[in-house]
Amino acid sequence: MRTNSGVICMIFVLFLCCTTGKCKLQETKPTNSVSLETVKPHPNDIGEPQPYPEEEKGKLPVFTMDYSRIQIPFEFTLWVLLASFSKIGFHIYQKITIWIPESCLLIGIGLIVGGIMYSVKEEPPAVLSSDVFFLYMLPPIVLENGYFMPTRPFFENVGTVLWYAVVGTLWNSIGIGLSLFAICQFEVFDLQDINLQENLLFASIISTVDPVAALKVFDDVGVNEQIYIVIFGEGLFSDAVTVVLYNMFAFLADMPVIDSVDVFLGLARFFVVGIGGVLFGLLFGFMAAFTSRFTSRVREIEPLFVFMFSYLAYLVAELFAISSIMALITCAITMKYYVEENVSQRSCTTIRHVVKMLATISETLIFFFLGVVTITTVHEWNWAFILFTLLFAFLWRGFGILVLTQIINPFRTIQFNLKDQFGLAYGGLRGAICFALVFTLGNTINRRNLFVTASIAIIIFTVFIQGISIRPIVEYIKIRRTNKDLNTINVEIHTRTMEHLLCGIEDLCGQWGHYYWKDKFKKFNDRFLRRILLRDRKAESSIVSMYKKLELQNAIELLDTTMGDISAAPSLVSLQDEKKEASRPKKTFKATDIRKMHDILSKNMYRIRQRTTAFTSKYGLPDDSQTREILIRRHASIQRSLRAESFREQPAQNISKSLRYYSLQPGGNLDSGLPLRRRSHGEQDLLLNSFDWLWYISMQILPLADYLFVFTGSNIRGRRAPVPAARRRSPNRVDEDEDEIVSEGQGEERHLPPRGWAPENRDLGTNEAGNSLLRPSSLRSQRSWRI
Amino acid sequence: MGSSRSSLRRVPDGQQLLQETGFSAAVLLRLHQRFQFLDKDSRGHLRSEDLEAELSENPMGDRIVGAFFQPGQETVDFPSFVRVLAHFRPTEKNRTRGGEQPEPANSRNRKLKFAFQLYDRDRDGKISRTELLQVLREMLGLQVTEEQLQSIAERAIQEADLDRDHAICFDEFRKSLEKVNIDHKMSVRFLE
Repeated sequence: MRTNSGVICMIFVLFLCCTTGKCKLQETKPTNSVSLETVKPHPNDIGEPQPYPEEEKGKLPVFTMDYSRIQIPFEFTLWVLLASFSKIGFHIYQKITIWIPESCLLIGIGLIVGGIMYSVKEEPPAVLSSDVFFLYMLPPIVLENGYFMPTRPFFENVGTVLWYAVVGTLWNSIGIGLSLFAICQFEVFDLQDINLQENLLFASIISTVDPVAALKVFDDVGVNEQIYIVIFGEGLFSDAVTVVLYNMFAFLADMPVIDSVDVFLGLARFFVVGIGGVLFGLLFGFMAAFTSRFTSRVREIEPLFVFMFSYLAYLVAELFAISSIMALITCAITMKYYVEENVSQRSCTTIRHVVKMLATISETLIFFFLGVVTITTVHEWNWAFILFTLLFAFLWRGFGILVLTQIINPFRTIQFNLKDQFGLAYGGLRGAICFALVFTLGNTINRRNLFVTASIAIIIFTVFIQGISIRPIVEYIKIRRTNKDLNTINVEIHTRTMEHLLCGIEDLCGQWGHYYWKDKFKKFNDRFLRRILLRDRKAESSIVSMYKKLELQNAIELLDTTMGDISAAPSLVSLQDEKKEASRPKKTFKATDIRKMHDILSKNMYRIRQRTTAFTSKYGLPDDSQTREILIRRHASIQRSLRAESFREQPAQNISKSLRYYSLQPGGNLDSGLPLRRRSHGEQDLLLNSFDWLWYISMQILPLADYLFVFTGSNIRGRRAPVPAARRRSPNRVDEDEDEIVSEGQGEERHLPPRGWAPENRDLGTNEAGNSLLRPSSLRSQRSWRI
Repeated sequence: MGSSRSSLRRVPDGQQLLQETGFSAAVLLRLHQRFQFLDKDSRGHLRSEDLEAELSENPMGDRIVGAFFQPGQETVDFPSFVRVLAHFRPTEKNRTRGGEQPEPANSRNRKLKFAFQLYDRDRDGKISRTELLQVLREMLGLQVTEEQLQSIAERAIQEADLDRDHAICFDEFRKSLEKVNIDHKMSVRFLE
């Protein structure tokens, strides 16, 4: 049923598009009659001849239609809707999107619509013209890439990323250009009129990569962080490099003769463009951060500043013809850190959602129109050129990755092996930028249509063939390794334990090499930047991080005391086959059971280093469920062990770490048997008092534990939670008092425990305090709690 | 590397640690800097909170932190810190040693012992079924049912348990992992 309605919707919208297209044809007829109906003849006009005698009657028309007035926004909306409906349609079948990347499907639908438009002799809207593309469609995508860039792995690998992006793109362009030029020399292919500059120009256009599909596959399969960040960064920066190269070669293509001076000038321009972009981006990023410091009273427009400043960075960079992509990325990275600390939680969520939404729309439209325009442009097909283009693009990329990796591997702590290199090479798909650039080729290039056709061919080839095949290939390579050893369950468990262990030890050791700069930057950051750009100027102290932990523990407490041990909870999402066939633990296990166990282990074991992929999954907001589950469980076990310990040992020991318990006070309104925490003395005094306080609060909202459990449970399933009732009572206080409560909280706690329960309204205030401190960095899992 | 020799004096027991762990002077210095970085209040020792902050997203985080602390102690000083990390140095090949020399910290045996102790929290020398179940619970997502966990743990013990005591002792643990390249799995490359 759902598929039918989806199809009907799509056909309906298609029909609408065609009719609007037909309406455009009628534009050529005079439409004046439509817009002038209600105008009475002006007194001055009486002497002049009336063009439309029938207007003199002056009757009020009951029903009128003025299409030309709304035409542009109307058609835009229809196209966006059509593309979005197709997107909905794809996701109805989950399985399709696993095997066929979305970009392929969108291009496919675009091809169909293009075919329809072609058959009714329509022109599609000029979406992929230079200005529209570069000023309106590209910035959202770049903003999203920059905003959700995982900064830690990026900065650790920045050398590698830039190496592959810059040198790799240069290598590809020059290599492909020269080889194509060599091919053009053969008379038999009829390509002799393409000179070297034009070849280089064309090569620079098709050497940029668009790794969307590759990233999605890598994300799902779980490749290591290094590959992920290199492909991500390469996609980002190769766009910038390509645009620069394109402009350079376009300029050179117009000149009849090239001197070596021009080459040096080109190189100099390259640096100016790159570094200028970064500087502009930093400037606007800091401006945005500084502005967000003062927006505490106008929370509703906070997200606006993020978008306006980043767009401004992009446009100003375009004005000076420096790399606007670099400017936008740098602006987004700089801005994000400070802005997210200054704005309210709601604004933060809004910003993220809108960034993702705009980027998705943009990307969808681009691929869609790629399909449409493919059918409707004028093509020139030349077998030799196109086939050799494909061949050389593939060869040079593979070769390039090989050589570049050999050179850079000695400088890396974690080196790329052959499998990694294959992944890098194969993941280099071409995408929309290539397409837009080729359309902006001027008409001075006489084989323009051939170039257009060749670019389209290579995009479609890489997106379809490589995009569809990359998943099976990556999985095959991986699967082959484990099958060969015929792992026992033991080995699988223990090796995974060791991987987690190793990951943890590496984290403890910190990062080598970059540590010096990172530390310096951190000091600079704390001393100057944070003071200027943040509203709440305290550097993160250990008390703040302790608050974060306590808040979590607080929530755990609720779950723990009412619902029991969470790890023994029945499965929230049942894997139907396994549940039906899993039997009681028998003494002997059949082979099918063992295979099922391997399956369960491989599907459910926590992946290592989820941090990178969690932030960059292209089609959704960051998925924190794994982190959250881990944190919840760990804190539950800490609580349990602390409680167990305390009952075992005698009270009169050193209390620097452990908490003490006493039995319930008479007259308290708790279930008996729930231990309370008592204030203890010593250096942890401050800490534990605030903890006690939160504990009391948690007892106050104990009846709401049901909400919390459903809410955590459903969050794990990815749905949004009902807001716990406690928060609803103080909708206004959420935003206003978030920052002031901190000091309030710290001052109050000494009074509390002897007096008993804290009054309710203060509880809510403090709850917000605890929550407000959770926003920065590491415990991002908290975000989805706080809508 | 004359400068690193002189700055090695700042590291407590520097020379002795060099010999004991086999780290190079440069690595030891970096570890010292890292130790001072983790020790935010400059006490000269680390508490478990300092270590846990780095490992909050690791499912085995608290076990790893626990491995740094000797039983009963609540702080880690620099020599203990380095001694634990010495287990993760890559093993050198082609190194022969006399029988009297103590086994280096990063030998395959010692690495396996370290991993074994992650499971065996009560230090009785065996991984019992409950301990294995705990580890599995920590490592698997919430979608796995209790029955499935039980059967996996049961199977794991069955495979490894040769002396039929329904627990995995260290020798059985080692035997089950004989085909695995432990050096690769348990070495941090930049500690070389």
